[in-house]
Amino acid sequence: MTNKAIASACAVALTAFLGTAQAKTLVYCSEGSPENFNPMINTTGTTFDANRPVYEQLLGFRYGSTEVEGKLAEKWDISADGQTFTFHLRHNVKWHSNKTFKPTRNFNADDVIFSFERQWKDANPYHKVSGGGYDYFSDMDMPKLLKSIDKVDDYTVRFVLNEPNAPFLADLAMDFATIQSKEYADALLKAGHPEMIDQDPIGTGPFEFVQYVKDATIRYKAFPAYYGSKAKVDTLVYSINKDPSVRVAKLKANECQIAFGPRPADVPGLKADKNVNVMAQAGLNIGYIGMNTKKKPFDDVRVRRAITMVIDQKAILDAVYQGSGQPAKNLIPPTMWSYNDKVPGYKIDIAGAKKLLAEAGYPDGFETDLWAMPVQRPYNPDARRIAELVQSDLAKVGVKAKIVSYEWGEYRKRAQAGEHQMAQLGWTGDNGDPDNFFVPLAACSSRNTAQWCDKSFDDLVVKAAKISSQAERAKLYEQAQVVMHDQAPFYFLAHSVVYLPMRSSVTGYKMSPFGAHRFDMLDVK
Amino acid sequence: MVRSMFRFLFRRIALIVPTFIGVTFMAFLLIHLVPGDPIEARVGERGIAPERLAELRHEFGYDLPMWQQFFKYEVQIVKGDLGMSVVTQQSVWHEFITLFPATVELSIAAILFAMLIGLPMGVIAAVRRGSAFDYGLMGMSVTGASMPIFWWGLMMILIFSVTLGITPVSGRISDAFFVEPWSGFMLIDCYWSEDEGACSSAWSHMILPMIVLGTIPLAIIARMTRSSMLEVLNEDYVRTARAKGLSTPRVVIVHALRNALIPVVTVIGLSVSGLLGGAILTETIFSWPGVGHWLVESIARRDYPVLQGGSLLIAVLVIMVNLGVDLLYGFLNPRIRR
Repeated sequence: MTNKAIASACAVALTAFLGTAQAKTLVYCSEGSPENFNPMINTTGTTFDANRPVYEQLLGFRYGSTEVEGKLAEKWDISADGQTFTFHLRHNVKWHSNKTFKPTRNFNADDVIFSFERQWKDANPYHKVSGGGYDYFSDMDMPKLLKSIDKVDDYTVRFVLNEPNAPFLADLAMDFATIQSKEYADALLKAGHPEMIDQDPIGTGPFEFVQYVKDATIRYKAFPAYYGSKAKVDTLVYSINKDPSVRVAKLKANECQIAFGPRPADVPGLKADKNVNVMAQAGLNIGYIGMNTKKKPFDDVRVRRAITMVIDQKAILDAVYQGSGQPAKNLIPPTMWSYNDKVPGYKIDIAGAKKLLAEAGYPDGFETDLWAMPVQRPYNPDARRIAELVQSDLAKVGVKAKIVSYEWGEYRKRAQAGEHQMAQLGWTGDNGDPDNFFVPLAACSSRNTAQWCDKSFDDLVVKAAKISSQAERAKLYEQAQVVMHDQAPFYFLAHSVVYLPMRSSVTGYKMSPFGAHRFDMLDVK
Repeated sequence: MVRSMFRFLFRRIALIVPTFIGVTFMAFLLIHLVPGDPIEARVGERGIAPERLAELRHEFGYDLPMWQQFFKYEVQIVKGDLGMSVVTQQSVWHEFITLFPATVELSIAAILFAMLIGLPMGVIAAVRRGSAFDYGLMGMSVTGASMPIFWWGLMMILIFSVTLGITPVSGRISDAFFVEPWSGFMLIDCYWSEDEGACSSAWSHMILPMIVLGTIPLAIIARMTRSSMLEVLNEDYVRTARAKGLSTPRVVIVHALRNALIPVVTVIGLSVSGLLGGAILTETIFSWPGVGHWLVESIARRDYPVLQGGSLLIAVLVIMVNLGVDLLYGFLNPRIRR
């Protein structure tokens, strides 16, 4: 072999080596399998996380915040009456491709119209595809809210609403408002496989979908033609592991670099590991006990107030949340705008509670049920243990509580139907707008656990949803929190802290207040 | 001979029909006895309006009386349609066939592991009856046979993966490797991967799940081999072989073991259905994407079509294996054909 040939061989080998060395892979230990690859037809965080690398919406949430920013829409105008929203779409946005589909055009208004009409109109050929259940679209009241969606030109779309609605922009940043490719949909329809649109996704996001091995891995690669900042890792892999201990073990063994939700008991061990960083953030959630205002004795506000004076919140936080909970006094978490910090927190006052109960006609207390969820939730790690602690607190004023539980689906159904006297439940926010807490959890139109319908509170939150000025809305929500504190339909337990452990080689990660996971902005050293 | 064989075969196959109806009925009934349904299972804290719930129930046919739902399901099965998963909207058959190779691969590895270790151990224990090895083995096999798989799996991960770092924690292959699932068997597909080291990764991922799933069969095979060998070693023909001056290894392996294996083979055949049960737990611990893991997930989601179809396919498989064992037995031992 000549010297030249040896030099060329070395150069090739070095290039190959560098190529391999530079290719960065990030493995995320996720908690479950996605139902499919379309956020429109699903409601679980697991599925939204699996779709987030691929798809985008007109609007999005700024990385690590609840602030709405433009994504596929560069800017937007809102009419003076707050009912017409005109979106100016981004130019030169490329669609991904796969083995069967090569896009011939960029993203445009037709894709927006298609994606919303698929969820909205029965006549759309895709409306019934993949089961055709658009739960979030319905839950956000879109069918009632939308009057029309029109294409003004290729890069302008106009949404007209039936009434003003301030949270509308935040709603459009949610995962259900994903934009799919109309060209891909048409091609699949022609090929006779429309369902593949939700199995082999084509999006505009920072990563392209590569492969899903059911219950094992989801694989993506960085999309080189992405319009925004390119992803810093070349390959992204979701390694599906249902068991939290296995996820923690994989993280410690560097088999994955970020792991979903460890158990609170594993957090101290992870914090002690010098190769692991544990990020923590106050979750956008609330765990509470609803007191059924339609049933005796909780129809009397004095009884409800008395209950709030006997429960030892600190004991619950110490024993059950074990450092992963913040004491709650309002329905919304302190990180959310319009949080009213002037509302006083709970104070234990057994004598005061006894006095109130005596005034209400229960000097010797009463008997009640106290429901505990059978499952762990992000906002409540152990409802049964909480129920036991509350039971012993209530006994101090003569209230005998009987702990009740049902299978989870049955529990929710019965609690929302108001079969209980006292029931634990909670909520994790979807879009960072206070309306997303106040209306589904406490408005007269909701199936709230307290069965509470207070006209003054309801007027405030309904009015706030129709105003576009955030400052004015905040004032109304602050008043609503005062009314709520005064009427005490709920005892607020805690806002739980969400942990996300990752290898110290991961840099630039920001936790989402919604508990969403995004991997396009981070880097691996 | 041929006639009696056919009569036997016909009788066994005729028994499959009521077994099949019984299995579909039990799968249907048990799942419907559990509170909740697929629609309620997917509703979160937001709840669902009673009208919408009724509408969806009607759409999926869950509002029909149970007997009608069962009848519809039976008709659908007779037509060869197992239905679609309520959650993923994919056909149950497609999902089963995608995941089944992973379970088969793990089960084969576990049973081979159990046989390769269990048989020699049983033989040695029988030959050295009453020795420390024999007592040690019997003690270990009682422990092994009564080992809770879930605990055992987590302990193995903790010791070998987390503390010693010599085996991977979970999965079928390192996530860094890209393998196209041509056959579904990772130990075969890895040879086509362009990534170097894919196969050694696949083999190393097999070690712990194979040991965990193979532990109970290993213990049973070792005990069965020992007791069967002890019986055979006292037979006249073994004594004759010894008297003829044959070496001990020849007496044990050629004369005794061959005869002692017959009941052991039966035990191995029967272990197949036990392995499927064990695979459900092993797959859950090791995030092994097989049918066991799939069924466990479907219970939480009340995915009726998957649960019904999956249990049915597994039951059919067990029925077929049992039929195969019965036929083989009938072939080997003409007395039971009558």
